[in-house]
Amino acid sequence: MIKHFLNLEWKQYFRSSYWQKSIALNILLVLLGLYFVVMFLGLGFGLLFILKKALPDKDPFVVANSFMFFWFLGDSMMRFFLQKLPVMSVKPLLTLPIKRSTIVHFVLGKSALNFFNFLPLFAVIPFSIMLIRDGYAASAILPWMFAVIIVVLIINFLNFIIEAFSAEKDLSFLPLIIVAGTLFGLDYFNVLPMKSLVGDSLVAISNNPVYILIPLLLLAIFYMYNFKILKDKLFLDSSLKSKVTEVKAADLSWTKRFGDIAPFMQLDLKLIWRNKRTKSMTMLLFIGLLYGLFFYPQPMYRDMEFMFAFIGVFSTGFFLINFGQFIPAWDSGYYKMLMSQNIKYEQYLRSKFILMVMSVVILFVLGIPYVYFGWKILIAHFAAAIYNIGVNSHVILYGGSFNRKKIDLDKKAAFNYQGTGAVQWIIGFPLMLLPMGLFGLVNWLVGFEAAVALLIIMGVTGIVFHKKLMSFITKKYLDSKYKMINAFSQDN
Amino acid sequence: MIYTKDLSKTYNGTTVLNIEELSIPKGQSFGLVGNNGAGKTTYFSLLLDLIKPSTGRITNNDVAVDASEDWKPFTSAFIDESFLIGYLTPEEYFYFIGDLRGQNKADVDALTSKFEDFFNGEIIGKKKYLRDLSKGNQKKAGIVAALIGNPEVIILDEPFANLDPTTQIRLKQILKDLAEKQGVTVMVSSHDLMHVTDVCERIVVLEKGNIVKDLETNPTTLKELEAHFASNLETSEEE
Repeated sequence: MIKHFLNLEWKQYFRSSYWQKSIALNILLVLLGLYFVVMFLGLGFGLLFILKKALPDKDPFVVANSFMFFWFLGDSMMRFFLQKLPVMSVKPLLTLPIKRSTIVHFVLGKSALNFFNFLPLFAVIPFSIMLIRDGYAASAILPWMFAVIIVVLIINFLNFIIEAFSAEKDLSFLPLIIVAGTLFGLDYFNVLPMKSLVGDSLVAISNNPVYILIPLLLLAIFYMYNFKILKDKLFLDSSLKSKVTEVKAADLSWTKRFGDIAPFMQLDLKLIWRNKRTKSMTMLLFIGLLYGLFFYPQPMYRDMEFMFAFIGVFSTGFFLINFGQFIPAWDSGYYKMLMSQNIKYEQYLRSKFILMVMSVVILFVLGIPYVYFGWKILIAHFAAAIYNIGVNSHVILYGGSFNRKKIDLDKKAAFNYQGTGAVQWIIGFPLMLLPMGLFGLVNWLVGFEAAVALLIIMGVTGIVFHKKLMSFITKKYLDSKYKMINAFSQDN
Repeated sequence: MIYTKDLSKTYNGTTVLNIEELSIPKGQSFGLVGNNGAGKTTYFSLLLDLIKPSTGRITNNDVAVDASEDWKPFTSAFIDESFLIGYLTPEEYFYFIGDLRGQNKADVDALTSKFEDFFNGEIIGKKKYLRDLSKGNQKKAGIVAALIGNPEVIILDEPFANLDPTTQIRLKQILKDLAEKQGVTVMVSSHDLMHVTDVCERIVVLEKGNIVKDLETNPTTLKELEAHFASNLETSEEE
C-alpha cells in the first residue's frame, strides 16, 4: 500500500504544472537548503571549540545543553510558519478499500521526513562526534544524541497539533506566540528556569540512559494524538460538509472615488476579508509592523544603518510582498470568467496596485513611532516606503505575470494548508535585499543623506513612469493569458 | 453573427476540434451535442478566447475573437462553476458582473427580479456565499449572471446538468424566449437530447472534433438524433 502512495506522491509532484514551470524557484530552494546544511555542519564541528574558548572554565557539554531550550523554542516558531502538514488528496482514496489508519500513518510518516527534521542532524551528529573525540564517554553522548533527535520529532508532531487547533481561528499564530512568549518570559524573569530545566533533563539522560524512555513516551503520545485528530477528520462528510456562515457585508461605497477601478477594489477587499487564507495574512501585518522591535532596542543594530533600509522595506512592504506575489493567483478560481468578461486588464491591475500602495502608506504611518529610536530610522523608513511604492510594487506586479500556481480559496478540507510555506518568503528576499544592499553601499561610500536620496529617487522614478510601466506590465499579462488560464484550471 | 472558418485545435499532434465552416445567424438558438471528448467545450472555450486556435478563427459579429476584445461587451457565458466567485453572495456577484457590463444596481435588480420563479427563493436574500450553495443553485446563479447586461450572444455549457426537473423546464422557457422574442443568439451544449431538441432551432452533432450532422429541428429530429447515437453504439460493439 505504501508503495502505491509513494507512487502517487511522486507523480503528483513531478506532474504538477508548478514543478514544471518554476524550476528556478526549486533550485533556489535547494541552494537555500544547502546553505543551512553547511551552516549547521559548521556549527556542529565548531561549537566545541567556540565554547571552550568562550567559557574555558565550564563544561562545554553542559553549556551547550543550557542553550537547547532556545533552540527548541526557535525551532517550534520556525516550523509553525514554514512547515505545513503534508498535503494528500484523500477524497479519492476514501471509497477505495484502504484502511483509514494506513492513510493517516502515511501522512504522518511522510511529515517525519521533512527537511526541518534532518537539518538538526547535521549539527547534532558532528557535535556528538567531536565530544566523543574530546574524551566524553560514547555511552553518555549517544543517548543524548538520540534524545535530541527524539525531541526534534516531538516538536515536529507538536507543531501539527498546534496547527490543527489554530487553523480553526483567524488569529492562527496568536496562541503559539503567547505560549512561546510565556515560556521565554518565565525563563527570562527567572520565574521558572526553563533554560536549565531543559538543559538538566538532557544532561540527566546522558548520565542515565534509561531516562530516554520519557521523551520516547512523549513522542508516542504526540504521534497518537496526531493520529487521532487526523483520523477523526478523515471522513468524507467533514470535507464535504460546508460550514455555512452568515454574510457580514461591509459598506464599501467609499471605493467609488477610485472611479472605474471601484468594482475591482471592492472585489479585492472582499477577497481579503472573506477568505481564511488572506485574512490570516492580513493579521500577520502586525508582526511585520513590529519587526523593527527585534532590532532597534539593541544599540548594536542602531549603528548598522543599512539595517534601517531592510527593516523599512520589510515593515512597510509586508502586505505588498505577501499579497503581491500571488497576483493574479488570488483570482485563479474564476480567472476564466474574468477573461471572458468585458474588463480592461489595466484597471484590474491598477486596483491591485492602489491596494498595495495604500498598504505601504498605512504601514508607514503606523510605523512612525519608531522615531523613538532616532530620526534617522524614520527618514530611512520613509525612503523605503517610497521605494516600495515606486519600485517593488511594479516589480511584484511584473513578477505576477509568471504566476502559474492556482490558489484554491474555497477549499476548507482538513488536509489543505496549500500554498503557504518557505517558498513564499524566498520570493521576498531580492525585494528587500537589493534596496538594503544599495542603501548600505551608498551609505558607506558617500553618507546617510545620499543613501536616503538614492532610495527616494529610485522610488520617485518608478512613480513618474507608472503609466509606462503599467502598460508594459499589462502587455506581459496579456501575452501569457492562455498559459495562465491553462495553469489555473489545473488542480496542482 | 458567429462565423467559424477552418478552425482547428491540436494538442500534441491530436486534433480535438476541426470545423471547416459554421455560420450561426443572429437570433438563432443553437444546440451542440456529442459524446464526451467530441469537442463541445473546446469550441466554446475557443469562442471565448480562453484557448488559442491552432488554425483558423471565429468571428463574432465581425470581430475576430482572438485578435480583438471588442466582442466581450455583447457576449456572455457560463461554462462551469469556475465562472463564479465563491466568496461573494449571489447578489454581490450579480452587481459585480453588472458593474463590468455597465449596469447599475437598479438595472441588475430589475433583471434578477424577473427570475424569482427560477431561483425558487433559494438564491436572493439568503445571505450565503456562492461557495456554500449547492451545485444546482450555483448553476442557477451563474446562468442568470450570464443574462445581465443585455448580451446579444449567450453561451451556456451543459446548462441542464445538475438542475432539478422543475428548474430544467423553466430554463427551457427562458432560453426559448431569449431567442424568439429578444433576438439573442443562444448557444447551448448538452448531453440530454430531449432538452436540446426542445430548446434549439438548430442542432449540430460533433464527433471527435468534426461536425457530422447539422439539423433544423422538426418533430422527427429527436428520433433522428437517438438513432444516430444508437448507431454509434452498434458500430463500437462490432469493433
